[in-house]
Amino acid sequence: MKSFWAAAVLIIGLIVLSVALGRGSASAVNLVGSTSIQPFAEMLAQEFNREHPDCLVEVQGGGSTQGLRAVDNSMTDIGTCSRALKKEEEEDAAKNYRTVIIARDGLAIVTHPGNPVTNLTIDQIRQMFEGRGITNWRQVGGKDAPVRLITREEGSGTREAFMQKVMDKSRISGKALTQGSNGAVKELVKHDPCAIGYMSLGLVHGELNMVHVDGVAPTVAEVTAGRYPLVRPFLFVTKGPPGEKAQRFIDFILSPRGQAMLEREGLVTAR
Amino acid sequence: MTAPTTMIMRAMAAVRHGLRRENLIAAGLLVLALSAISGLALIAAFIFKEGVPIILKIGVGRFIFSSDWHPLEGEFGIFPMIVGSLWVTVGAMVIAVVFGLGCAVLLTQFCPKQLVSIIKPSIELLAGIPSVVYGFIGVVILVPFIRDWLGGPGLSVLASSIVLGVMTLPTVTSISVDALQAVPLPYREGSIALGATQWQTTHMVVLKAARSGIVAAVILGMGRAIGETMAVIMVAGNTLDLPHSILDPVRTLTSNIALEMGYAAGDHQKALFATGVTLFVIIMILNTIALLVSRRRGARARNR
Repeated sequence: MKSFWAAAVLIIGLIVLSVALGRGSASAVNLVGSTSIQPFAEMLAQEFNREHPDCLVEVQGGGSTQGLRAVDNSMTDIGTCSRALKKEEEEDAAKNYRTVIIARDGLAIVTHPGNPVTNLTIDQIRQMFEGRGITNWRQVGGKDAPVRLITREEGSGTREAFMQKVMDKSRISGKALTQGSNGAVKELVKHDPCAIGYMSLGLVHGELNMVHVDGVAPTVAEVTAGRYPLVRPFLFVTKGPPGEKAQRFIDFILSPRGQAMLEREGLVTAR
Repeated sequence: MTAPTTMIMRAMAAVRHGLRRENLIAAGLLVLALSAISGLALIAAFIFKEGVPIILKIGVGRFIFSSDWHPLEGEFGIFPMIVGSLWVTVGAMVIAVVFGLGCAVLLTQFCPKQLVSIIKPSIELLAGIPSVVYGFIGVVILVPFIRDWLGGPGLSVLASSIVLGVMTLPTVTSISVDALQAVPLPYREGSIALGATQWQTTHMVVLKAARSGIVAAVILGMGRAIGETMAVIMVAGNTLDLPHSILDPVRTLTSNIALEMGYAAGDHQKALFATGVTLFVIIMILNTIALLVSRRRGARARNR
């Protein structure tokens, strides 16, 4: 019986302690949203926290739409979004979104490193992802092998950017394999000689073959010059003006140092 | 008097007398038990409250039998996912039953005691491996193997069935072992006394007598397989089309929820709850069958 009470006291003590500690970190700046932005935001947060230990930045994923919803509910200080806001989102006064473009990102069309196809037009990419028209790599000058489509799940910012820039009004074929993150797409394409997918340019790290789109190479230089057609903004979204600590983090990212860090990672600066 | 009534009587006695320690403990335990059950009730009520209106809005027939899932355009048809879940589950059960039942027969009928004490715990250890690890092994080893040797994208019904089959192996094996061990010894002694060999005794007497327990094992395994999510997302491919062969990729009900939950809002989110309702109903049916089968077995055992 004695040990039972001892255990009970211990457990209650632990609960009280964890609640007290949880309250201690309430002064942190929270980021929720795009899984494409997450790795970059984490890197920036780490650097920022080193200089400003009093102002912690915590980064979570969840997806662009989730990030916007978290901003709506005031569950987060900053929502991250890896696509342009839709018109109705931008114009909804009740949401009162303020957006800051922290960087721009190219959308890379990726294939297996051994795939000989080096250039595709946007039209060809769309015909492939529709699952009609182009279904064999031979039709675009490759080997005689079926095209295996790899897409992202419904609601992903990367998917919606791809839909806006490539698919126009058509739908992605139901045959496309659906993966839940940039990393999963990359892993699949890396090992499947027939695969084609799309992902954040900054996350490819040279492990996959990136096809030229309409004859333009997917490089930071071409994105900066405005020639590469598949570009999307990385947004920080707040409800109304950002709070003081959130503003400090945003200022850090937009500073030459923050921007240089993003550029080193393969993104394109905001301005 | 049945056990729950006894409990409630005791709790009431505790309220009346208020002093006796035993009654107080009984009352406390009753509260704990009820809160666990109310958790289940709350979850069920919430899923149904969120999911059922959208099913009615779309129409039960269209929701279940349509193959068009374009949630952002307001088209919600989960037929391919129901089919996908069933394919994957049936495949997993084929594997789990062949290996699990074989193992259970070996362990209970043919195996020396020392070997049992090694094999049984190791199979039960399989249950302790996190599902994401199964998925990872599936992606790294199984999927490339299927892609290179059997064709297709590798991510497939077959890959998910194998992964799920191994995952449900401990459930199927250990419940089958219990069922086989519960067969009274005189059955076997009688059969052997009549001149049957050990194998004849096993498949003509022991397996027949343990049949309902084995069915319960399979159905509980099915419940586990159909509800598994993480490993399946990683190896199933999650396409929206109906699978036409075991080498085609599929999307299951669970992976549909898990993939899109993070993003969904409005009707899309409600439709994911409705997917959950469908899954809930399927699992309830399976569990009810398991309960009925095992209860019938219990009744039969008492009548003997």
